[in-house]
Amino acid sequence: MSYFLRRLAVFPLVMLGVSIFVFIAIRLVPGDAITAMLGTEGGMLTPAQREALTVYFGLDQNWAVQYLRWLGGLFRGDLGISVTYGQPVLQIILERFPLTLQLALMSMVIALLIGLPAGVYAATQADRPSDLLVRVFAMIGQSMPNFVVALLAIYILSVGFGVLPTMGRYVPFREDPFGNLAQMILPAIALGTAFAAAVTRISRAAMLDILSEDYVRTARSQGFSQRYVIWRHALPNALIPVLTLSGVEFGYLLGGAVIVEQIFALPGLGRVVLDAILQRDYALVQGVVLFIAFNFMLVNLLVDLAYAALDPRIRYGDRP
Amino acid sequence: MTLLTVRDLRVGFGRPGHETEVVQGVDLDLAAGETLAIVGESGSGKSVTAMSINRLVDYSGGRILGGSILLDGTTDLATASEARMQNLRGGEIGMIFQEPMTSLNPVLKIGTQIGEIFAKRRGLSGRAVRQAAIRALERVRIPDAARRLDQAPHQMSGGMLQRIMIAMAFAGEPRLLIADEPTTALDVTIQAQILALLAEMKRETGMGLIFITHDIGLVAGIADRVVVMQGGRAVESGTADDVFDRPAHDYTRHLLSAVPHFRGGRSARVNAVRSEGAKATLRVENLGVRFSVGGGFLRQAKGYVHAVEGVSFDLVPGETLGIVGESGSGKSTTARAILDLVRPTAGRVEGAEGRAVQMVFQNPNASLNPRMDVRALLSEPVIAAGRRVDTEALDRMRMLLDKVDLPQDALARYPHEFSGGQRQRICIARALMPNPRVLVLDEAVSALDVSVQAKVLDLLIDLQRDFGLAYLFVSHDMAVVERIAHRIAVIYAGRIVEIGAARSVLSDPCHPYTRKLIAAVPSIERRHVDFALDTDEVPSTLRPDGWQAPPQSWRDHGPDHRVAVEPAA
Repeated sequence: MSYFLRRLAVFPLVMLGVSIFVFIAIRLVPGDAITAMLGTEGGMLTPAQREALTVYFGLDQNWAVQYLRWLGGLFRGDLGISVTYGQPVLQIILERFPLTLQLALMSMVIALLIGLPAGVYAATQADRPSDLLVRVFAMIGQSMPNFVVALLAIYILSVGFGVLPTMGRYVPFREDPFGNLAQMILPAIALGTAFAAAVTRISRAAMLDILSEDYVRTARSQGFSQRYVIWRHALPNALIPVLTLSGVEFGYLLGGAVIVEQIFALPGLGRVVLDAILQRDYALVQGVVLFIAFNFMLVNLLVDLAYAALDPRIRYGDRP
Repeated sequence: MTLLTVRDLRVGFGRPGHETEVVQGVDLDLAAGETLAIVGESGSGKSVTAMSINRLVDYSGGRILGGSILLDGTTDLATASEARMQNLRGGEIGMIFQEPMTSLNPVLKIGTQIGEIFAKRRGLSGRAVRQAAIRALERVRIPDAARRLDQAPHQMSGGMLQRIMIAMAFAGEPRLLIADEPTTALDVTIQAQILALLAEMKRETGMGLIFITHDIGLVAGIADRVVVMQGGRAVESGTADDVFDRPAHDYTRHLLSAVPHFRGGRSARVNAVRSEGAKATLRVENLGVRFSVGGGFLRQAKGYVHAVEGVSFDLVPGETLGIVGESGSGKSTTARAILDLVRPTAGRVEGAEGRAVQMVFQNPNASLNPRMDVRALLSEPVIAAGRRVDTEALDRMRMLLDKVDLPQDALARYPHEFSGGQRQRICIARALMPNPRVLVLDEAVSALDVSVQAKVLDLLIDLQRDFGLAYLFVSHDMAVVERIAHRIAVIYAGRIVEIGAARSVLSDPCHPYTRKLIAAVPSIERRHVDFALDTDEVPSTLRPDGWQAPPQSWRDHGPDHRVAVEPAA
């Protein structure tokens, strides 16, 4: 438990670092927020109007003052107001995040359900034709951009079989669970394919190593069947690298999936970030990036706790 | 009735039709209640033979190409189905392995790993499994068995894990136990413990035991029958007495004569170098090394491991001091502290200035950068000294290669082109490049095959004479130390407990620990030994913050032989 608390204590430091970087980075992009916000209409503003807007958004102050103001807001739970949406940044994030979280979770479930059995199977068939087939598919899955998978999936499932609605208004899970799942399954497949391929490759490699470990030989010397040895003795050890990979991939997915969200017209975090950057929406970019960083750290912490659950050597703090 | 009859066993590895034959026609016979030892060096095919009997060889890419393995004269294991073999493994045929530390699953509790065997073999479940597991651990003298069940393997010592492996192997009440180098990774006193336990289990159950080892001295102590293997063939087999007293094959004679055997001090070198007034080339006074435990960034240490405590000795030119002790005793830490590879926390080292002391490590494969040729490897000490690799340096390289019996063309070759023994010669040549006065040899021959060990030891002795070198020879292997040391220091729980002339210490040990250590060393002169089943663990050297070691008091036992006096308990 003290370990957990110590890890949590690092969070504010990392958040502070991220907040400074993102604050500066977005301001280094040429162009100003007012022009970007109003587009061509920006050119019709009188200098006085432009001045008034600049003061309203606090953009007249120097960077240090702007940063400290923003930081002060953070402590009160105020991430600022988005200039493009005209809404509090926090509200925008909280509206969009459930979709992104659901998409990430579904992708991971798909990746593990396909990747883990495929990797384990390939390892037991090492260098036989079936292993080769799995490896080729994994390589294809990993090297193909996810929009290709998305387009293929749309074509095969909806046009070919006519089973799934492709586009249309986004239906939240609470309103219509089945409609929502039907809508989300294709994007989840698009994102989950490369993820599944990565899981396949890492679980195959880990499993191959572990099958030649001494303790696997011990289990075999006790007369346990191949199936028992694999699932009971080898797999728990192979899960450790799979967990590392899944944590990182999941963390990235929580930052939103710009292309897939665009293709499937889903209002997730990815599109918000893209819009915000294009619009020089300082408050929104800063808020979303900070939120993404926080999630990433949280996922990392959960992965570490899961390690401890899987491996007693880590649990007792004496990593070999 | 013979329990096991192996005839013309041939085993190969590789693609079907293109196998390399690793076992080339081996015959074995084993009766119930008998111990058969298979002796050989690495690559002799002894382990593959063992793994063929329970057909685990199938899982490591091997295949039985021919011959028969009859259990009870009826079941042919060479051709039995995998399903039949799964039933026999762990039931009729048990097996224990060399590395107890890696042979248990690191992520499963001990109780789970023993319990699953009882669940499978006897159909037990729930509390009955736990009870059976506790009884099994008590049978192999694991103290506090119930608590141990909830622990993970990494929380236990190697000796304890090997006893647990034995408990697991016996859970299925096997009639045949295959022990593949079961004590090689263990300290010699723990080895004695394991051998005693195996002997006891064998008496109780009447099983047959196949004991695979590279250590022919150990065989003398335990075997009824012996098979000597070399290059995939059984070159000699017979009763233990026949093989030891009337060896017929050259290789057996070689193993018996050319390999270091422990002879209770009679092979020790006589110390003529420590003559009157010889000035010490290295002097170590009151050396201490402590490691903090549980401390960290901004956190107070919970305690300190006193790895080395108050160690003092000196070395004169041309002399070898053997430092013997078991794993965790602090012998390697002492060696490293002298070279400042770990920072001493107390004491003084005189004579280690500059490059006067050089070190040779245990594993020649890991100590040589595989991307450097020998010339580059031997240049490193020159470059480290801030000098240029000039003709003088090259001449020295050629001279040293000649001294360590490597050809001149070795300079342009890479480590993988040499055998293990040759690689260790390269390491020795590298250590001699800066013209040191003292070589620290940390288990320098322990990773080598026994017949290579003897040659490297002879080389070291020649080099010592030629260059007037002083050696600090750290080893767990008493037979090897006896060959090379003039003096011996016995180290136990971080402190020297006995030090003196090798012959005197080995033939007349005085400290209780030295006695226990020497009693546990196998020797070809001692047949059918009853090793003591003493399950004492080495005391922890973890001490609370601020702990001061009590001063040691010494008594003399002969002209050059001192013993620490243990306080009365």
